[in-house]
Amino acid sequence: MASALINVPPKAKRGDIIEIKTLMSHIMETGYRHTASGEVVPRNIITSFTCRFNGAEIFRADLFPAISANPFMTFFTTATESGKFEFEWIGDQGFSETASASITVE
Amino acid sequence: MKAVGAIAAALFAASAVFAAEIPQGQRRSGYSFMKPDTQAMQDEDTANPGMLWVLDGEALWKRKLGAADKACADCHDDARTSMKGVAARYPTFDKIAGRPIDLEQRINACRSNHQQAAPLAFESRELLALTAFVARQSQGAPIEAGGDPQLAPFVTRGRELYLQRQGQLNLACTNCHDDNWDKRLAGSAITQGHATGYPLYRLEWQSLGSLQRRLRACITGVRAQAYDYGAPELVELELYLMSRARGMPMEAPAVRP
Repeated sequence: MASALINVPPKAKRGDIIEIKTLMSHIMETGYRHTASGEVVPRNIITSFTCRFNGAEIFRADLFPAISANPFMTFFTTATESGKFEFEWIGDQGFSETASASITVE
Repeated sequence: MKAVGAIAAALFAASAVFAAEIPQGQRRSGYSFMKPDTQAMQDEDTANPGMLWVLDGEALWKRKLGAADKACADCHDDARTSMKGVAARYPTFDKIAGRPIDLEQRINACRSNHQQAAPLAFESRELLALTAFVARQSQGAPIEAGGDPQLAPFVTRGRELYLQRQGQLNLACTNCHDDNWDKRLAGSAITQGHATGYPLYRLEWQSLGSLQRRLRACITGVRAQAYDYGAPELVELELYLMSRARGMPMEAPAVRP
């Protein structure tokens, strides 16, 4: 039941600096923990987060085992034109999720 | 003789301070003990990780299941209206059980009786999600639990448990949460123990968790044997805590450090 929460302002003025906030549901299992019987709990983390605006990449982050569960990613960008933000999370064990949000720039 | 009298007076004063209930006007939610950045996390729906469970709960609310092939929504319709203020009244008296049950137990009772589905395990993602979704509909509503006269003996039992010293550290809930809430324990605020935001997201757990999980962690913390999930004692403690917080606004899903 993976799901994302995205916060992108629906409207902005051209040249405004806007904040984009994303929250992705994920356990971020480090791969360093053991079960009671001594077996390693296999690593299961998000390894990469990308944000594209109208197809062009504007933000990318690599994620590592020390990052907490349900990673909250926030960054700033300048509003230049109306369009669509596309977000992509890729991780271990075939994890792949996408989300999108639109903005109107006046 | 004078010195003995003075000691006796001091002891009397100390015992009067001990187990003193927090005056209504001085009650504070755990929220007010947090740093501004953690508060901001709770305040904004898109930053509050508890909302991930609420989203899951909303999907589960509409899912048909069990032998009856019914969804929660088939009986209760839109939770935004039907579940408004409901969580603020829990734990509530259940006629069939003849005792109080909490919100998780109510959801499971509904599953068994009306959906004819297997009950969900305590702290499972699905049960937490449904509980969070239902509790979220009461956000901002004043807590009303414990008003039902049928609950009176159970509130009393919960209070007795709250005042009962236990474990190797020989501490009662009240020793920290009534007597020392303005101090810190290993760098963390002790807080007054008002259960206004459950189920809530604890950064330490990296997950949503129920009030029963919190209570079990506290009981283990004083090195006593924790009651099992769903034990009557835990529900009575929940009931006392909620009646103690009566009138305070519901925050679920809250965020705590």
